[in-house]
Amino acid sequence: MSNKKSLLDYTLRLADGGLILGHRLGEWCGHGPVLEQDIALTNTALDHLGRARSLYQYAAEQFNQLPADQKTNVFTSVSIQNIISSGASIDEDDLAYLRDGWDFRNELLLEQPNIDWAYTVARSFFYDTFNYFFFTALEKSKDASIAAIAEKSLKEVTYHLRWSSEWVVRLGDGTDESHARMQKAVNELWMYTGEMFIMNETDTSMVGEGIGVDLAAIKPLWMARVRAVLEEAAIDIPADAWMQQGGREGRHSEHLGYILAELQFMQRAYPGMEW
Amino acid sequence: MSNTNKSEWPLWEVFIRSKAGLDHKHAGSLHAADAQMAIENARDVYTRRMEGVSIWVVESSNIHASDPDEADSLYDPANDKIYRHPTFYNLPDEVKYM
Repeated sequence: MSNKKSLLDYTLRLADGGLILGHRLGEWCGHGPVLEQDIALTNTALDHLGRARSLYQYAAEQFNQLPADQKTNVFTSVSIQNIISSGASIDEDDLAYLRDGWDFRNELLLEQPNIDWAYTVARSFFYDTFNYFFFTALEKSKDASIAAIAEKSLKEVTYHLRWSSEWVVRLGDGTDESHARMQKAVNELWMYTGEMFIMNETDTSMVGEGIGVDLAAIKPLWMARVRAVLEEAAIDIPADAWMQQGGREGRHSEHLGYILAELQFMQRAYPGMEW
Repeated sequence: MSNTNKSEWPLWEVFIRSKAGLDHKHAGSLHAADAQMAIENARDVYTRRMEGVSIWVVESSNIHASDPDEADSLYDPANDKIYRHPTFYNLPDEVKYM
């Protein structure tokens, strides 16, 4: 894979993570357990979407600069192929609304359903902790655009982590029922946490370029923070288990298809519509 | 949460300072389980459009208010004490901000 393709893949992965988790958190809008938390979650959802937008804009810029013969084999989507063959450029919306599921690069963790407050909190907690250390390191990226997005994101992510950590403790160290639900959510989602630290070809290339983050260095930091919060919450840390993976290569759980069906329907059915 | 029933979080009054040097002003109220959650909820509910740089929260039950029924006896007596206002001085035109 060329470095340009790696950077595009890397940018899209970060963007897709923001879009998909942002969408999941947005599903709570109007359904939060109390008004205040409803607003807290939708604020956070918008942080994730905002980061995704910046990254999609950067990804579109990278894509549009690729030589014509390299553009055609990046995304399978017929809608995007039509844009390319018409000679037009693609933009952030095309990347969000017109790509097919297997061209999404987000981790499997992020597309897992909300189920209940504990699952929602656990999913965010695992990702927020990762993001905190990841964006701290990514601030030093040699790619100026990536570094700038990382710097802005870190402030938001710091608050996200504070919010989700506190809820892990509140539920874990709360009533019998909240403890049981928190423990169940942590147990069930644990198998999706390993994927965040896998170094694939894209990661190796980006670390080599000084653009990306060495995930092996992030893992012990993540583990220590997660362990500390779970211990405070009186939640047992799951034993080492088989870790699911594939999201970063476009092999997703069935959940992503449903998310995209809802997210992309309007633009797929009425191309170019605005409101 | 001693002073509430189990299913309801207590009410908190939120005060926001909009910028350094100004007073905290009452912004509204919200429900939260404790002070920390109240501050975070206030951050999300009342500062999301850049309204503030500092937050105070006070549990509403800790605020003691005057009784509206006593307004006549509390406030009306001040109505006819015009000599308490410095309105009988002739100010020179040069003094603009008094």
